[in-house]
Amino acid sequence: MYTTELQKQPSKPVAATEPQELIDAFEARVAADEFIEPKDWMPAAYRRTLVRQISQHAHSEIVGMLPEGNWIGRAPSLRRKAVLLAKVQDEGGHGLYLYAAAETLGTSREEMIEALHTGKAKYSTIFNYPTLTWADIGAIGWLVDGAAIMNQVPLQRTSYGPYARAMVRVCKEESFHQRQGYEIMMCMANGTPEQKEMAQDALDRWWWPSLMMFGPPDDESPNTAQSMRWRIKRDTNDELRQHFVDVTVPQAEFLGLKVPDPKLRFNEATGHYQFGEIDWAEFWNVVKGEGPVAKERMHDRVKAWDEGAWVRDAAAAHAAKQHSTRQAAE
Amino acid sequence: MSNEWPLWEVFIRTKGGLSHRHAGSVRAPDAELALRHARDTYTRRLEGVSLWVVPSAQIVASDPHQAGPLFEPAESKIYRHPTFYHVPDNVKHI
Repeated sequence: MYTTELQKQPSKPVAATEPQELIDAFEARVAADEFIEPKDWMPAAYRRTLVRQISQHAHSEIVGMLPEGNWIGRAPSLRRKAVLLAKVQDEGGHGLYLYAAAETLGTSREEMIEALHTGKAKYSTIFNYPTLTWADIGAIGWLVDGAAIMNQVPLQRTSYGPYARAMVRVCKEESFHQRQGYEIMMCMANGTPEQKEMAQDALDRWWWPSLMMFGPPDDESPNTAQSMRWRIKRDTNDELRQHFVDVTVPQAEFLGLKVPDPKLRFNEATGHYQFGEIDWAEFWNVVKGEGPVAKERMHDRVKAWDEGAWVRDAAAAHAAKQHSTRQAAE
Repeated sequence: MSNEWPLWEVFIRTKGGLSHRHAGSVRAPDAELALRHARDTYTRRLEGVSLWVVPSAQIVASDPHQAGPLFEPAESKIYRHPTFYHVPDNVKHI
């Protein structure tokens, strides 16, 4: 998930130097579902966790533009091209809302971008898989955005005000992303045998990485309890993953496609689908930057940033000139 | 040296007759580009008919730690609300 806790180590406990009465008052406000705003007192660990989570979420939106962006020029019709362009533009916007939210915690946009470009910051593992065919654009919208929505909807009630407000805006915009993806899948699943095969192939390749988006299993997420107490996470990884499987399997059946999991079956007693083991070794490798196209993604991202440098410089020079002209006139 | 663009707060009037409301922030080198960025970032779906951008540094905010002394005095002044006053049911139009 965009916001998956990728820390394997438990985070440091609240520093003992922080005044207990402030900590207690903070915990009480959060427990009462109040929102914390930028200038309110907050424990350093809460601030640190949020900066990491929000900036990682922002980076995921920005890097997420790359796998889809490379299909804009190859979209099969003008309508599909316009839709994909709008979706990619939304992802850019979402990244900007989130960078702004993270900045309210005292980090700078420069620092965050630097951390992404030097490989210090993480982003969602999902974007380190390649988009090989047009059906992948359908599968990404349907599965990846579907999983993202499932994670982001509860974050609209997250305890940090600027993050919650950004999530409200993101969720409002994101549901079209999932629907346009499913529409592509419907179109291909009902198309020629070759198109249907492409749709199945895309599902085969994106299914397991999508389940991994929800992050490691609960017993390997040492910080879940604290994040849930602080209301910066509202459901556990495994709860969200189960919910995703439960709603997505019938959608695959409607398409006439087969979920690539021989162990998948509906459990009448629990009302949930049971599914096979996830390959967590693959997940951690991708986290470490060993995904199939991780290097390519960062290369493209840094190239775009560097090639835009002259535009930023020109804009800054223009602003400085206007400013000095105005001052001279005064 | 940091050459980061300054931060601007974005306000949107969603339709005629309503006041502008805070939507979020953008970074931009000057006011003109701040408006353009605000338009691209916050109004991709007809969210507004008018935009304001204000340099964030120009906003003067009350101190959240002073929220008590600032706002609590109003709590005890319930006589500022019409429901404080009892008017018999048979008295109309008041």
